[in-house]
Amino acid sequence: MPTIAELGARYRSGEATPTEVVESYLQRIETLDPQVRAYVTLTRESALAQAEAAGKRLKAGRPLSLLDGVPLAIKDVICTNGVRTTCASKILENFVPPYDATVMARLGAAGAVMLGKTNMDEFAMGSSTENSAFFPTRNPWDLARVPGGSSGGSAAAVAADLAAGALGSDTGGSIRQPAAFCGTVGVKPTYGRVSRYGLVAFASSLDQIGPLARTIRDAALLLQVIAGHDPLDSTSTDVPVPDYPAALGQGIQGLRVGIPSEYVIEGMDPEVGKAVSAAIEALKGLGAKTEKVSLPTTDYALAAYYLIAPAEASSNLARYDGVKYGHRAAGGKDLIQMYGRTRAEGFGPEVKRRIMLGTYALSAGYYDAYYGKAQRVRTLVRRDFQQAFERVDVLACPTTPSVAFKLGEKEDPLQMYFCDIFTIPVNLAGLPGVSLPCGFTQSGLPIGLQLIGKPFDESTLLSAAYAYEQATPWHTRAPALT
Amino acid sequence: MPDPNVEHLARLARLDLSEAEKERMRAQLDAILTYIDKLRQLDTEGVEPTSHAIPMVNVMREDEARPCLPAGAMLANAPEREGDFFRVPKIIEE
Repeated sequence: MPTIAELGARYRSGEATPTEVVESYLQRIETLDPQVRAYVTLTRESALAQAEAAGKRLKAGRPLSLLDGVPLAIKDVICTNGVRTTCASKILENFVPPYDATVMARLGAAGAVMLGKTNMDEFAMGSSTENSAFFPTRNPWDLARVPGGSSGGSAAAVAADLAAGALGSDTGGSIRQPAAFCGTVGVKPTYGRVSRYGLVAFASSLDQIGPLARTIRDAALLLQVIAGHDPLDSTSTDVPVPDYPAALGQGIQGLRVGIPSEYVIEGMDPEVGKAVSAAIEALKGLGAKTEKVSLPTTDYALAAYYLIAPAEASSNLARYDGVKYGHRAAGGKDLIQMYGRTRAEGFGPEVKRRIMLGTYALSAGYYDAYYGKAQRVRTLVRRDFQQAFERVDVLACPTTPSVAFKLGEKEDPLQMYFCDIFTIPVNLAGLPGVSLPCGFTQSGLPIGLQLIGKPFDESTLLSAAYAYEQATPWHTRAPALT
Repeated sequence: MPDPNVEHLARLARLDLSEAEKERMRAQLDAILTYIDKLRQLDTEGVEPTSHAIPMVNVMREDEARPCLPAGAMLANAPEREGDFFRVPKIIEE
């Protein structure tokens, strides 16, 4: 299973062509995806046409970028011109966007090939991909287990080598948590680093698109193409984009790594704790200096998130009203009845729950006590990180308190929410975070190490992650699928 | 702990929930809100609220006409249309 970097080298040397590679991916998808079910929609024909065009450019010695001809999987929450974009929801089951998200326009301009759109928890709400309205995705390391979520399809596709890389979106951990569960790399960039134009909105102050890949270098190559200011997203920031791949390999001598003491919790899987401790020792061995830091508001972040994110979601999802696009229920006598029935039929249980919770948090009489309070707690969460980053360059902790669980294991919504306890504070503070493999349990399930960086300092984050990755064997393991 | 009025919230959110859904929702919202109630323990007196982690204000651009998608493309996904209009059930009572 070649990496994106290796594929690019093979293309440029003429050792392989994009058409051969895309054909072999499509073949592999046909054989293995019926077990994994990572894809919601396959775009075979356009993938082959894109591959052929890339092949011509490469042959002429004029590739568009290091991603020219590289086959990718795209989470089905990102709008693709002329290709169904469902958010794994019945309400958008037949929605065909008339435009490309900015990240898609950028990938297109770089020559990347889209293999298809990947499964997810409906509207990116969930941590297991079981909330997809269509079907659950399976974890390639153990098909009885979930791939995590909400970008479970993208993570599973990368882990099973059903794509060379993928895009996901992360509102409370939706890139990093499935990356940890599937043993891949997942990067949530700083809020504002990547344009959200064409990303179907869940919680607009938290959502961010990012790459999933098998190596840190591949993730850096993908981030390089999608990062940067976009006039079509007023919350994207006009901060220069450094050369991410160039930052790799510089070593981490003297890097100050903070270990947040609040990220060891009761009920945590001891194998996760052990692997993360060993990873921190390995970082020390590579020249990093570690020190304990405290993020005292951590214990309240999850509660604040479950007011802020649903509040924003209840407003964002008001647009699904059966008028301009999407499903419309039949037989509504008047407009109000049509709205109510359309939304009742179109949304699944978790989406309804979050809309109700958000409506409650924003409703008259409760706004200050709930939404206002949560926003003040968000300030404290940010402040914790700011104070920690006065002393350290990156933070290291587990991505998740446990490894991938079995399908159907977490029926209680609150138990599912706890999966994101270590990733949510990062979104509330708008920081960049990466999850990368740091070991396996006795039973062979991947464990994720999370590194958290300063705003817009993805370079330091990726360079630390790269140093660890290159010193350990985890990224070379692959699940055995036949 | 205020008891969430599920009927009222469902009306505000334009969700026609079945009786069974309402029952389930009541119990689940209750459990979630009980957990969230821990926020009360935290003193936030004098703390400014954060709506966006990366502070920014009033991102402006020139007020210039730009090309936009044609009406046909915007109407292509409409569940019901009539000419260049979205068609909806009646709004005004007779």
